[in-house]
Amino acid sequence: MAVLVQRPQTVDFSVTKVMRFLRKQAPAPSYLFLIPMAVFSMLPIVYVISTAFKPLEELLLFPPPFLVRRPTLDNFQDLLLATNALAVPFTRYLFNSIFVVLTTVLLQVLMCSMCAYPLSKARVLPGRNFIFGMIVAALMFAPQVTRIPQYLVVQKIGLIDTYGALILPALAWSYGLFMMKQFMDNAVPNELIEAARVDGAQEWTIFWKIVMPNVAPAWNTLLIFGFIQLWNDSFSPLVFTRSEAMKTVSVAMISLTNGPAAIARQGAQAAAAFLMTAPTITVFLLRQAKVIQTMAHSGIKS
Amino acid sequence: MAGRTEVMTSRGMVSTAARPEGLALFWQKFGTSYLFMAPFLIFFTVFVVAPVLTAVYLSFTYFNVLEAPRFIGWSNYKLLFLEDDVFIIAIGNTLTFAVITGPIGFFLSFMFAWLINPLKLKTPLALCFYAPSITGAVAMGVVWKIVFSGDRYGYLNNWLLGIGAIDEPYQFLAEQAAIMPVIMFVALWMSMGTGFLVFLAGLQTVPGDLYEAGKMDGIKNPLQEVWYITLPMIKPQLLFGSVMAVVAGFSVFEVATSLAGLPSPLYAGHTIVAHMYDFAFIRFEMGYATTVAVFLFLLTFGLGRLLMRMFSSKNEY
Repeated sequence: MAVLVQRPQTVDFSVTKVMRFLRKQAPAPSYLFLIPMAVFSMLPIVYVISTAFKPLEELLLFPPPFLVRRPTLDNFQDLLLATNALAVPFTRYLFNSIFVVLTTVLLQVLMCSMCAYPLSKARVLPGRNFIFGMIVAALMFAPQVTRIPQYLVVQKIGLIDTYGALILPALAWSYGLFMMKQFMDNAVPNELIEAARVDGAQEWTIFWKIVMPNVAPAWNTLLIFGFIQLWNDSFSPLVFTRSEAMKTVSVAMISLTNGPAAIARQGAQAAAAFLMTAPTITVFLLRQAKVIQTMAHSGIKS
Repeated sequence: MAGRTEVMTSRGMVSTAARPEGLALFWQKFGTSYLFMAPFLIFFTVFVVAPVLTAVYLSFTYFNVLEAPRFIGWSNYKLLFLEDDVFIIAIGNTLTFAVITGPIGFFLSFMFAWLINPLKLKTPLALCFYAPSITGAVAMGVVWKIVFSGDRYGYLNNWLLGIGAIDEPYQFLAEQAAIMPVIMFVALWMSMGTGFLVFLAGLQTVPGDLYEAGKMDGIKNPLQEVWYITLPMIKPQLLFGSVMAVVAGFSVFEVATSLAGLPSPLYAGHTIVAHMYDFAFIRFEMGYATTVAVFLFLLTFGLGRLLMRMFSSKNEY
């Protein structure tokens, strides 16, 4: 503060000083480029949000106005009325979604991290290349065709129409494991782990107290990916469950927007999309802020 | 015969007798590691390895989901390469798509992540760039179809007619020449997804003092900084991003079918996964669909190995 007050006395208007001042105050050039790109990137989402609030007559206009002129909650009301026609109360779908998504995503991230730790950091590990090779190979096998064999497996174990069918298959998340392993390779210095071992720390303690905090950006990012993917997934609940009481919000949204109750389908669809997206954006903002904040605090490593 | 059995048993007995704690020693050395990996590997074996192996087996059968699969040897593969003309179109489209959008998407993801990383507004900016991936499918249905709509009310046609660039509406989603470019454009708009967030997270793990040290060692401009410090430090993330870009490029499906339909006009937007989906869930010829999947797997896997080699050959620094 004191420096700031003193500055006017010593100020000199040489070009380099001004440039340096400008660069410090605003890393402007990249903003000039980034903000238009960000706006362009956001346009379709803005359109979806504004469509959610459009009254019927605006939905029927051609060409459709980009932004809503007289916003109403009609579409949401339609959607709400349509929920009466659902076989079970909407809160049941909501509970299923929240329960399944939270359980799965936490277990997913924990298991992927646990498995990634020895793959990345064990000095000697027989079978490491084989295991890692299998996991990377699994990423490259088109998921669409393994779904029918996967269904057969789920059926054979007797999981059909249980929460287990929604949670357990999702735990084999090769993608998450590959990512965690890649982060641990460089972000956690080997010396740190060696030092802890010399101090007599147990492997679990090393994993939990040293490795995990160092890869906080990685697992926060994985929480985002996992949440969004599971929250939007309508395939597993449609295929792995039979009774209506086991379905999730994503399935309910599909039946709502396709059902007879939704008159203006585009509006109801946009409203549904808006409601479906709101939680994912919230999670994104919460976790992404964590990704950035965690590392700002732990400056020095190794 | 008898002598051989004896030797084998005696060797087995010797080894157990000489080192009675052989297994125990192994367990003591690596047990913890395997315990850490066990939960994931169990689920992985049951829900990924088993289904994938089943799928590979099905590629040698005729399987229509209702009846039991019937083994037919290499017939599916012969059919695929020798007689399926649509599949050749699908390969062409997929390769065009992957070769163009893969590297561009990868480069853009890194560039945007690197540009917004030092900024104060990085979280909101990250949201803006990531948003297309969150709302992907919905936005595609609601917005892009109206933008590229073939009548004069489509936003793009409306605008082009307005400035007098064209005289009558252009069928962006029906003209053979326009379908792939439109698909690639929308795909690039959505490409700030996984790779972008992973790079952003990777950049957070680069210790700040490395940049200070770099300045001391004579790094002058930001480009040198990227080349000598940032890229080597986030190499694991770059490998991850590139593998994901290859997988995403070769398994392009949702963008293509939601914009151009399935089947698309003259198969102009037909991709390998679209072909597979067609046979799996429309014609219910799972055996043939898995053959396509095996081919796609070999293709991406080969490229994946190549990338791994590229990124790890420079690992010593």
